[in-house]
Amino acid sequence: MHCEDPGCLRACPADGAIIKYENGIVDFQQDNCIGCGYCISGCPFDIPKFNQKTKKVYKCTLCSDRVGQGLEPACIKACPTGCLHFGAKEEMVQIAGLRAKQLREESGFAAAGVYDPPSIKGTHVIYVLHDLDNPERYGLPKVPVIPPSYTVWKWLAKPTGLLMAGLGLLAVVFHRIGIGTKLPQPEEPPIVESQPNPGAAKRKEQP
Amino acid sequence: MSTSVERFDERARREAERVGQTVVHRGELLRHPVYTRVLHWLVAISFVLSLLSGFAVYSPWLFKFLAPLFGGGPMTRLLHPWFGLFFNVFFFFQFLNWFTPMLWTNDDTRWLKRIRQYTTNQEKMEPANVGFFNGGQKLYFWAIVLSAVLFLITGLLLWFDDFTPRWVVAVSYVVHDLAALLMLVGFIVHVYEGTGAQPGTFRAMVNGTVTQKWAWTHHPAWYRAVTGRDPYESCEREKRRQADREEAMAEWERKQDRGDQL
Repeated sequence: MHCEDPGCLRACPADGAIIKYENGIVDFQQDNCIGCGYCISGCPFDIPKFNQKTKKVYKCTLCSDRVGQGLEPACIKACPTGCLHFGAKEEMVQIAGLRAKQLREESGFAAAGVYDPPSIKGTHVIYVLHDLDNPERYGLPKVPVIPPSYTVWKWLAKPTGLLMAGLGLLAVVFHRIGIGTKLPQPEEPPIVESQPNPGAAKRKEQP
Repeated sequence: MSTSVERFDERARREAERVGQTVVHRGELLRHPVYTRVLHWLVAISFVLSLLSGFAVYSPWLFKFLAPLFGGGPMTRLLHPWFGLFFNVFFFFQFLNWFTPMLWTNDDTRWLKRIRQYTTNQEKMEPANVGFFNGGQKLYFWAIVLSAVLFLITGLLLWFDDFTPRWVVAVSYVVHDLAALLMLVGFIVHVYEGTGAQPGTFRAMVNGTVTQKWAWTHHPAWYRAVTGRDPYESCEREKRRQADREEAMAEWERKQDRGDQL
């Protein structure tokens, strides 16, 4: 769906495994994927799929390699009826809006509209639905949500946790330096054999 | 009682005593038998492996440092649940082994109330009611029990996430990490107390023995229970012995010095 606020990306713990490009495409980098599968549960659309052979997760890349070369995605190029369009989002929203209007006014689909859910700040793959009130009929959630725990955890609690662990280590080091050890009692007197002993020298002077 | 109804951990303990032994020298006390020590290090190794591999997945910042240790990201992800499973199995045996001595008592509550004096070393010797394990050790033990249970439940849910509802995975993820942070804080303190903070403690987990001085200083009630002597009197006695020894040594030195002159 190439969400503006991708749940998969929020849930992903691996560095650079999921990338959201400026053009809106959300791409999985197979080289960096660790196959934990968190993105699968992070996604409200159930898009990412686990490949049992490679033990990694994959999904539609919207042909990011083709798009990078100025070409349109293969699905759009292959579509024989021209019902798929590719272009800048404003343009697409306009085309979809016109189509939905047509459906409402000319074809009797009173609830027709464009599926571009605001709960995740919109998607970069948008659909014209006959019945926008019941997107579940098309297998799409009415209000897609990303579990808030991912956001809170990844951006707030994780750094805080690491900081606490670091402070704990520092506390231990400074406890050792500042307060010191607890020795078995009574403590042994320090041994000073290797140092010159002024007491012994004095004793020698007065027989 | 026939062997078939014998508890498995008791049999394991007896078997362990056969492979290793503990030598207790004069002035020492047996603290941890072979079985306990072997279990402790199995738990420790599997915990550290779980911690490092878990940290790789925990934070993208640590990922690049830690993932190579385990053969890259996918391998880290693959190994982590197994490390965790080993940790849980080993710790389960330690749980059976230590369940009784770790039971919480009023003495431990009293110990916790004076944790400030404990951490700032205000008292040279522990109070008379501190037994084989002190309140802090028991607290750590029960924190591990709690964390281990949380780790196991949420870990299995995350491991087999195909069968877990989406929101359950999201919650498990957080609970799993919270348990890890609880364990990490305890682990840092535990390692420090066992090594740098209290000299003479680490050998209890290597040789299995501690000195009697260590015993009456840190666990007076345990010292009293195993030797039948009063810990504070023993300490005073040791002080007198030390003073006498010093005096005798000084006398010997003086004699030697006179001998040189003659």
